[in-house]
Amino acid sequence: MASVGEVLEGKSICICAGSGGVGKTTTSAAIALGMAQQGLRVCVLTIDPAKRLADSLGLAELGNEARQVDPALFEEQGVEMKGELWAMMLDAKATFDELIARQAPDEESRDRVLNNRIYQQISSALAGSQEYMAMEKLFELHTEGDFDLLVLDTPPTRNALDFLDAPRRLTQFIEGKSLRVFMKPTGLAAKVTGRGVSVALGVFKKLVGFDLLADLAEFFNAFSSMVDGFQARAKRVNKLLGDPETCFLVVCGPQGEPIDEAVYFHRKLVEAKLPFGGVVVNKVHYAADELSGEVDDLPTALAEKLDDSALAKRVADNFADYQALAERDSRNIDHLANELRTSCVIRVPYLDEDVHDLAGLSQIDRYLFATAEERVEMAAGRA
Amino acid sequence: MIVTGKGGVGKTTVAVALGLRAASEGKRTIVCEVSSQENASRMFEHTAVGFHEVEMEENLWSISIDPDESMREYVLLQLKVRAMRDMLFRSRIFNYLAAATPGLKELVTIGKIWELAQLDRKVKKGRKYDLVIVDAPATGHGVGFLQTPRTFASIARVGPIHSQAQQLDRFITDQEHTGTAIVALPEEMPVNESMTLERDLREEVGVAVDRLYLNGLYPERFKKAEAEKLAALAESENGAAKAAARAALSEYGRAKTQRAQLSRLKKGVEAPVKTLPFLFEPELDVEAARKLAGKLG
Repeated sequence: MASVGEVLEGKSICICAGSGGVGKTTTSAAIALGMAQQGLRVCVLTIDPAKRLADSLGLAELGNEARQVDPALFEEQGVEMKGELWAMMLDAKATFDELIARQAPDEESRDRVLNNRIYQQISSALAGSQEYMAMEKLFELHTEGDFDLLVLDTPPTRNALDFLDAPRRLTQFIEGKSLRVFMKPTGLAAKVTGRGVSVALGVFKKLVGFDLLADLAEFFNAFSSMVDGFQARAKRVNKLLGDPETCFLVVCGPQGEPIDEAVYFHRKLVEAKLPFGGVVVNKVHYAADELSGEVDDLPTALAEKLDDSALAKRVADNFADYQALAERDSRNIDHLANELRTSCVIRVPYLDEDVHDLAGLSQIDRYLFATAEERVEMAAGRA
Repeated sequence: MIVTGKGGVGKTTVAVALGLRAASEGKRTIVCEVSSQENASRMFEHTAVGFHEVEMEENLWSISIDPDESMREYVLLQLKVRAMRDMLFRSRIFNYLAAATPGLKELVTIGKIWELAQLDRKVKKGRKYDLVIVDAPATGHGVGFLQTPRTFASIARVGPIHSQAQQLDRFITDQEHTGTAIVALPEEMPVNESMTLERDLREEVGVAVDRLYLNGLYPERFKKAEAEKLAALAESENGAAKAAARAALSEYGRAKTQRAQLSRLKKGVEAPVKTLPFLFEPELDVEAARKLAGKLG
């Protein structure tokens, strides 16, 4: 079983994907920190940084621009840092606005798009636009080439499909070729194309109200000059995602639901021919047989050692509860490894404390950047 | 009752637990999922229910609200002429427009929730429910989701959708009949998000926040003095005793930091906070939800 360091050897992009609530943001930050410590110039792009974590890295005002974590901070915390760690927070709306400004042929068409109500909706609220903009920013930073490695923390979409599909869906929407023809002010095209279309348009108009339709027409008109640029760019973004220098890591938790989603996500990656690197399972309970070998008559042994049989019983009961979770975790992880046909499953144990500072990230890195055997030793408290 | 919160905090489990409790009190209850993931029906080990109201237990139904199906049903209810409806569903341009209009999917989904809550159901032979429970999309999407009717009403200023969107907005913000429950975990980030979420729900959406559920709270199994004793044991021992002592210390540490998060949450929100215990159970099935149902308060 490989470590994150081995998996990311020679890669320039690492995309952490998975459903919400599995610790993706923390994992991304820990990976970026670990790789930077090895001497690389690394930037982590995050969607929604935990405030305390950002604060502890001295990045209180994280914005749509990359900022470097102060090297003095690592020294203070006793963390050896050979490279550089940078971070930025993705602002989907700002990225989209920048993109429009870049693609627009002139200021007038730029403003027409930026001020359009449909655009405002899409850029901030439409499902998928955040994912798409994450890809955009990644592409932009990669093209600029200032970093050895970019680590992307993807948005917590429950449905993994949304995230992979986002660029395609959004460009399709923006292209809207068929629609633009029908929305010409004269409506002539509608007449030519036949009664069916004009009736459909008429009914839609009746259902949603004319205003919305006019806004849509205005939006497509304003956008028409940029469609080609968008398409070309989307193609390049897709190519970058499939590049051998890109690596997708699936992040999940050990419970049934996140494991199922990880399996589903992996399948989507394979279908889309995207480079899968491995899977990180967070908050894993290690099983007793891994930790300690044989379990003998524990309550009696504990009672002797603690000289308190009531406490011994509670400790034993609690241990049994933990073991039930550990059994579930190892069952689920075996299933995951089977489904993914991978041996690269990195198990990060359920730590005693939540992670929200540099020390916590280093703690996670001890596991991410270790071999499987070392991980078990550490989880057992022997290393 | 709209159950909302960050991803992975146990919204579905709480929604099902609320459903089980209401059903056991004799209320005809339906649990609606809007993510097409069918987590609720899976908890009942039921096959996917789809866009149908399927009975899970006495007085408890479940439905998975698919936006395309909702759109279809909405159009069916709006247009009485059959030929026109058929034409519309076949029309690529109509489907394209429907997909391209921002928020329309969310709007028809909320429309379906509203329809389920009507005593005078619009669909033929519709069952009357006393309580409709919604397993809402994860935070972030959640606030936007509930705001859709208002946004829509402001974009489409005329036409039937305008007045219907207004009606749905009144439905969401009806403090007497509609409420939300926020589900959180006793950890830093989820607690922060829940505080922001409560404020957004109250101030931005204008929906009532009835209570917060802090889910997965570890029991306080060990006292401080005992933890110290166990720490010494974990150091000196090897094998199973060491592992058991370490598990106990982990439990002690978790329970302690979680209580700090609990008091932080209580200070940071207006609605009452109820705690739900962490269940040391491999998978959260319907029996687990039943255990929680008794503790919802």
